[in-house]
Amino acid sequence: MRALRGSALLAAAALATAAAPVTAQDTKQEIQKYQRMTAESSPVELWELQGADLWKRKSGPKSASLERCDLGMGPGVVKGAYARLPRYFRDTGRVQDLESRLVTCMTTLQGLTEQEATKRVFGNADNPSDMEYLAAYVAGQSRGVKMQVSTKLPQEQATYDLGKKLFFYRAGSWDFSCASCHGTEGKRIRMQDLPVLSEPEGARGTYTTWPGYRVSVAQLKTMQWRINDCFRQQRFPEPAYGSEATVALTMFMAVNANGATYRGPGTKR
Amino acid sequence: MPGPMKIRATMHDGYTDIRVLMNHPMETGQRKVDGKPVPAHFIQNLTVKVNGKTVVEGQISQAVSRNPVFSFRVKGGSKGDKVQIGWTDNKGESNQTEAAVA
Amino acid sequence: MNEGRRVVLRRAGATGALAAALAAGLLKPERVLAATWNTAAFAAKTPADALKSIGAADALDSKDVLIDLPQIAENGAVVPIEITSNVPGTTSIAVVIEKNPFPLAGQFSFMEGALPYVKLNVKVGQSSVIRVIAEAGGKHYAASKEVKVTIGGCGG
Repeated sequence: MRALRGSALLAAAALATAAAPVTAQDTKQEIQKYQRMTAESSPVELWELQGADLWKRKSGPKSASLERCDLGMGPGVVKGAYARLPRYFRDTGRVQDLESRLVTCMTTLQGLTEQEATKRVFGNADNPSDMEYLAAYVAGQSRGVKMQVSTKLPQEQATYDLGKKLFFYRAGSWDFSCASCHGTEGKRIRMQDLPVLSEPEGARGTYTTWPGYRVSVAQLKTMQWRINDCFRQQRFPEPAYGSEATVALTMFMAVNANGATYRGPGTKR
Repeated sequence: MPGPMKIRATMHDGYTDIRVLMNHPMETGQRKVDGKPVPAHFIQNLTVKVNGKTVVEGQISQAVSRNPVFSFRVKGGSKGDKVQIGWTDNKGESNQTEAAVA
Repeated sequence: MNEGRRVVLRRAGATGALAAALAAGLLKPERVLAATWNTAAFAAKTPADALKSIGAADALDSKDVLIDLPQIAENGAVVPIEITSNVPGTTSIAVVIEKNPFPLAGQFSFMEGALPYVKLNVKVGQSSVIRVIAEAGGKHYAASKEVKVTIGGCGG
């Protein structure tokens, strides 16, 4: 009998110490705590380190590294480059995001064909893709830098305008647009508040968490992946990697995020 | 493979904070792919040493998350102290790395 | 498991030379593993059995054992927990996730100036109480916190 009483006491004590969240505000606070604590003990830096190695590694038919890659601030300048992407590039004559620019450098510097460079852009938990490592590395080099994506050039403004149009464009079998989920305050899917990405507040808070390590799948996910997966969820056709549409949407969100300090690759559920 | 282990060791007021990032599948043995269970593959032991002295020994199970990250603290310490961390898993594989306290 | 045997099992891998050789890959780990990984405790299927096999069936709740964790986990694959024991003379901290199929998640022994502190990420299969046990002077002190596990977003 003594043993039972003891364990009942313990159980009562355990329940007393575990106060479950009751209000929506409590829930939001605990989720924010989850996000903060997982970010504080995230393995994402390992992806940045591996990406740094890949950046310097000679490969491809030209047996060259990516160290002369021009991400918009001159050949080989990586620090701060991500916070200024997407942007117009004269050599390709188009506005490019990080990932399409990496493809450009792989083809021009390393001699890969576009097909070879984009053969396996999305990896898995056991075998991440080179693109994921490189994206983590380059993005990490903008840690602490304010988002400052320019629309000064007419091509950049046009890309932003296209991105905005696409954001609100309803299509697909379910007649969704990005705005269906991300265009109005107060929307939620399960327990996740959906950020309004067409406005600075939402864009600043969310765009800057990409690329990000997804704990649920133990993978580093990039912005191209995110848009690809959003298209899938909206029942849109699959976009081509680095396509004009995906770059335009990225441009729209990145410009909306201007002013926010980029804190390096994020960690997310 | 993501980069090898990474230690970040820093001085704080009265203690050294040691954080280690590891890459490991920490496979539970319960997960199935195409109907077949993926064999258990997880870190079982880890050892933390400072200047050659063992300060922490951990025995862990497959319940620790994939790509584990641990934080430990050691009383006192100084910049330049050598931190070494090693692990071994249920398959007999191991890894280790070291870093100086910043 | 009796006290004497547990001490021997812990000591077996605890000597500096052995640990160093192991870490340096100079030893065949299987033989040392058998001595330093508490198979019985990690195979326990109930929290009570897990506690018993680490000699902590007598654990009493203590305000000096502190757990910090989010009460809601957006995904159970990673639940961060930060544990501190303010019980003087704490030599080890164990983590038990009560509803997991195998509740014992880990046990950490502290020596040579290590503080009784650990932060780690654990898998929590379903909403569960997480119980933390600190050992000091042969006695056991415990604390518990509950975490609600959710599956977030679009499920992707």
